[in-house]
Amino acid sequence: MSGILNSSIGRKFAMALSALFLMIFLLQHFIINFSSIVSADAFNNMSHFMGTNWLIQYLMQPVLIFGVMFHFIMGFVLEIKNKSARQIKYAKNNGAANSSWMSRNMIYSGLFILIFLIIHFIDFWIPEINTKYIQGDMSGLLPSGEYRYYEELVHKFQPMWRVALYCLGFVFLALHLMHGFMSAFQSVGANNKYTKALKGFGKAYAIVIPLGFIIIALVHHFNH
Amino acid sequence: MNLTLKIWRQKDANDKGKMVDYPITGIEPDMSFLEMLDVLNEALINKGEEPVAFDHDCREGICGMCSLYINGEAHGPDRGVTTCQLHMRMFNDGDTIYIEPFRAAAFPVIKDLVVDRSAFDRIQHAGGFISVNTSGNTIDANAIPVNKHDADTAFDAATCIGCGACVASCKNSSAMLFVGAKVSQFALLPQGKVEATDRVLNMVKQMDEEGFGNCTNTGACEVECPKGISLENIARMNREYLKAAFKG
Ligand code: HEM
Ligand code: SF4
Ligand code: FES
Repeated sequence: MSGILNSSIGRKFAMALSALFLMIFLLQHFIINFSSIVSADAFNNMSHFMGTNWLIQYLMQPVLIFGVMFHFIMGFVLEIKNKSARQIKYAKNNGAANSSWMSRNMIYSGLFILIFLIIHFIDFWIPEINTKYIQGDMSGLLPSGEYRYYEELVHKFQPMWRVALYCLGFVFLALHLMHGFMSAFQSVGANNKYTKALKGFGKAYAIVIPLGFIIIALVHHFNH
Repeated sequence: MNLTLKIWRQKDANDKGKMVDYPITGIEPDMSFLEMLDVLNEALINKGEEPVAFDHDCREGICGMCSLYINGEAHGPDRGVTTCQLHMRMFNDGDTIYIEPFRAAAFPVIKDLVVDRSAFDRIQHAGGFISVNTSGNTIDANAIPVNKHDADTAFDAATCIGCGACVASCKNSSAMLFVGAKVSQFALLPQGKVEATDRVLNMVKQMDEEGFGNCTNTGACEVECPKGISLENIARMNREYLKAAFKG
């Protein structure tokens, strides 16, 4: 058990666990965001619950931040290690003959997601922290007495540049997950009679969830 | 067929090495790739030049000695074959063919296209075996019943010839398909289960020490493996390893 992170398989396992955790989080995030195009009230209620529940704020939020940081730092560490395992490059290498573009470029799709996440933090997370913990306003209300979450969301999706960047970020997330979903299961040792079905589910997840986020952004952009 | 060969030439392990062009004529489509190199070498020797060094032994696809990265793929463009079983009919008249050694920090070049794959031997020494009593009362392997599915799966894993194409094809120079095959071959059989914990821990430790990269599940190895070793073997090794590591 000791030093499991010092072994290649241990690192892969940890990487996969962080990725599986992120994929579960992503699903939850998607469901809440999706509610915003169905019912503003539902979105407001769920946002207020997530934003003020102490278990989510003080336990799940730090775990999530740790999970994201662990994932991309480990991603960089693995990339550097793997690059140094071949010092002299091939003069001609036909990677497309045996593997998908997505699988060979996880670090680039990941890097773009990281850029997106930084902007996403500045856009949504920092203002939340500021309102709640620095200004101390836990009410979640606008001066008019209505919940502020839906208003803020719609407002954020007005500038074209942000919507475009948001969509692009999710295209890269889709590419990342098209390889990543199945890869995470293979890493934890799950390759058996369910693999084929799981592969199909993974492709669906990798396309439907990011596409859904894109649709939500477009709906808010064009509806107001 | 007339071809242009671009071949990696490197005098010895310390030489920097470079790609050199060789035009070649009169190649028959039915020649194997290695026969084509034999023709080239004969011409080079006749001209008083140094022939191209390359690895080979059985020339019938079973020993795993031949290698070569041909036009960007280990063992060339054909599927399920080693370089000795690759035929010139896979190419067209007038083609330019890149011929490079298998590249990995753990497979240093000895000369030209010959690389040192003894890292694989050291991984095998670390655990790719079972300990049996050979002092006169050896138990016949057939005396222990093995279910058909496990026997077949173990046999499939055991067909790995240790050629190293998996490492050469992998963007991370990972050896996990090879080690996964060797671990699986024993993990599936009752004789291998006895030492399963130490075997997987020791083989993976040796694999890491040799400087192979981490698997990222691109699946390139499985496609290029001449013996069709499946990624399931890597998943099985991961399971075996995690089981062993958490055991202590
Ligand atoms: C923050 C920026 C991110 C970076 C820099 C990044 C980087 C990487 C890298 C380099 C890998 C390849 C490692 C490997 O295949 O072994 C990887 C794998 C993966 N990533 Fe990301 N990633 C990021 C965000 C995300 C997000 C937000 C998700 C999901 C919601 C995600 C899901 C996955 C999955 C499922 C895998 C496959 C894990 C495995 O093979 O075991 N990543 N990531
Ligand atoms: S797994 Fe396949 S490619 Fe790798 S060494 Fe064995 S036979 Fe060669
Ligand atoms: S020379 Fe033996 S496998 Fe090719």
